[in-house]
Amino acid sequence: MSTVADGLTIAVPRGALFAETLELLGRLGLDTGELRTNDRKLLFQELGVITMRPSDVPTYVEAGAADLGITGKDVLLEQAHSGTDGARTVYELLDLGYGRCTMVLATAAGEDPAAEALRRLGVVRVATKYPRLAARYFDDTGRQAEIVEVKGSVELAPLTGLAEAIVDLTATGTTLQENNLVVREEIVQCSARLIANPVAHKLKAAAVDELLERVRAV
Amino acid sequence: MIHPIPSGTRDVLPDEMAELRVITEALGEVFLDSGYGEVYTPALEYEAVLARAELAGARPTYRVFDEAGATLVLRSDMTVPIARVVATRYQTAPLPLRFCYQAHCYRGVRPQRGQPRELLQAGIELIGAPAPGGTAEALTVLCRALDAVGLRDYRVGVGDASFFPALMESVEVRPAQREGLIGALARRDFVELERLLAATGLPARARALLLDAPQRRGGAEVLARAPAGAAEALAGMRQVRDLLEEGVAARVIFDLGLIRNIGYYTGAVFEVYDPALGVPIGGGGRYDDLLGRFGRALPAVGFAIGVDRLHIALTGEERGTGALAR
Repeated sequence: MSTVADGLTIAVPRGALFAETLELLGRLGLDTGELRTNDRKLLFQELGVITMRPSDVPTYVEAGAADLGITGKDVLLEQAHSGTDGARTVYELLDLGYGRCTMVLATAAGEDPAAEALRRLGVVRVATKYPRLAARYFDDTGRQAEIVEVKGSVELAPLTGLAEAIVDLTATGTTLQENNLVVREEIVQCSARLIANPVAHKLKAAAVDELLERVRAV
Repeated sequence: MIHPIPSGTRDVLPDEMAELRVITEALGEVFLDSGYGEVYTPALEYEAVLARAELAGARPTYRVFDEAGATLVLRSDMTVPIARVVATRYQTAPLPLRFCYQAHCYRGVRPQRGQPRELLQAGIELIGAPAPGGTAEALTVLCRALDAVGLRDYRVGVGDASFFPALMESVEVRPAQREGLIGALARRDFVELERLLAATGLPARARALLLDAPQRRGGAEVLARAPAGAAEALAGMRQVRDLLEEGVAARVIFDLGLIRNIGYYTGAVFEVYDPALGVPIGGGGRYDDLLGRFGRALPAVGFAIGVDRLHIALTGEERGTGALAR
C-alpha cells in the first residue's frame, strides 16, 4: 500500500471537509477504503495519514507531528493571532477549492437588531464559534461588540435573546433561513487549505513540492 | 505548598541543568576558539535606546519604570544590546569585532501556546565584516558549534532579506502594493500572496514569478536556476556559497523565500532546522543598517541559537523520536 507522498504525514480533517478530502486523496492514488470504513481509527501509519477534528489540524502541523495538513480557512483565521508581530507558524500552500463557504454576520430578519443595539446601547452582543475572528472583525470595522462564545448551534442565540447577532460560516444559507436569520455582512470567503510545517517545508522540500504539483494537476 | 511561577518560565533542576551545561560549554568553547570574546549586558535597558532598532516580531514586552520615571524594558534579544555596546564602547576600535554571548532574553507570549517568556540564547555577532566573507564566517561558526554539541541531522536555511523586495522592484510592483505582498510572504500564506498578486494588475508572467520564486528552496541548483530580477541578492548568495567549506556547504539549504520576522535584517538571513523539532532551533543574518542607528555605521552579521530548543532536538535525535523523524 502506498502513502500520500513519500515520507510525508498528512493531517486530515474529519467532519465537513472529510468526504471531499478523501476524494482528493483518492485522486492522488491513495487507497482510502480503510479511511472511509473505520471511523474509530485515527492513525493510518501505512497511508501516512492522521485523522482529527479540523480545528486540531494547525496544532499538529505547527508542532511537526504532521508534515502537512488540510483544514478550513475559518480555522486558520480563528487561530491566527492578531496584530502585526510575527508570522503564523504554519505555511499556507494551496487553496484546495472545496469546502467553499462564507463567514457572515447575520441577525434576525426585519429591522436589523444589531444596528439598533449599536445605535441605542453602543455595543452589540455577538454569538459565535469564532470569538477571535469576530472580535477582530468588529475592531477592524470600528464597532464595539461583546463576543459570546458558544460551542454548538449559533442560530439559537439571536432567537433566545442571548445575542443580537451571530458570526458564523454558511455555505447555502439554508440553516440561517430556517431560523429566520438574514446575512447582513459577508466577512470573508473560506475554503479548504493545504498547510505545511515550516521545518518539513524545508527538510522535505522535494516531497512537498512533488505533492503540490500532483494536487494542482488533479 | 504549591507556589506557581508565570507561564512560559521554568525551574531548571540538576538533571536538566547538567545536560544544558554540557551544551552551553561546547557552544562557548567553539565561540571562544573562533576568536569571539564573551560579553554580558544588562537584562534591563532603557526602552528609548532599544527602540532605535526595528525588532518587529520580537519587541521588548516587559516594562517597568525606574525611580526617575524612565521606562526600562527587559531585552528581547542580544543583537541590539551588543550594537549599543559597539557604538558606545568601541567607537574607534579596529575591525572586525567578534563577540559571543550566552544570555537570557524575554519575549511576550500568546496564551496556551507553550511559548517561553524567558529564553536562553547562545550566539555570536561579527561586526565590521561585510558580505560575503563575514556571512560565510558566521555560517561556519554556526555549523562548528552545532557539530560540537553533537547535533547530527541539522540543516541551515539561507536566504536573503533583499531578494523579494528586489524581485518586486524588477517587475515594477506599485509601492503601495509591496507591503501587503511581503506581509503575505512573511506569514508564508501563499494563498493570500496569490490573491493579492491577482489584484495587482501585473502581467501573468510577473505574477507567476513573484509567486513561484519565493517557494524555491534546496541545494545550489536553486541559485543556478533562480530567475533574473534580483541579481544582487542572488550574486550575494552565490558568493557566500563559494566561500563555504564543503562540510558547511553540505548543511545549507538555499531558500529564496526565507524572511525572518525581525525587522533589522538587510541581507543574508538564516535559520537552523532539525528533523527532530517542528520549529527552527535558531537563526540570524546580516544587519548592515543596525549599527548606524546607534551611531557607528558598520556592516554586521550574527546568529542566535535557542539553547532549550537545541536541547530538545538533541534529545529527539538521540531517542529517534523527533517530531519529523518518522
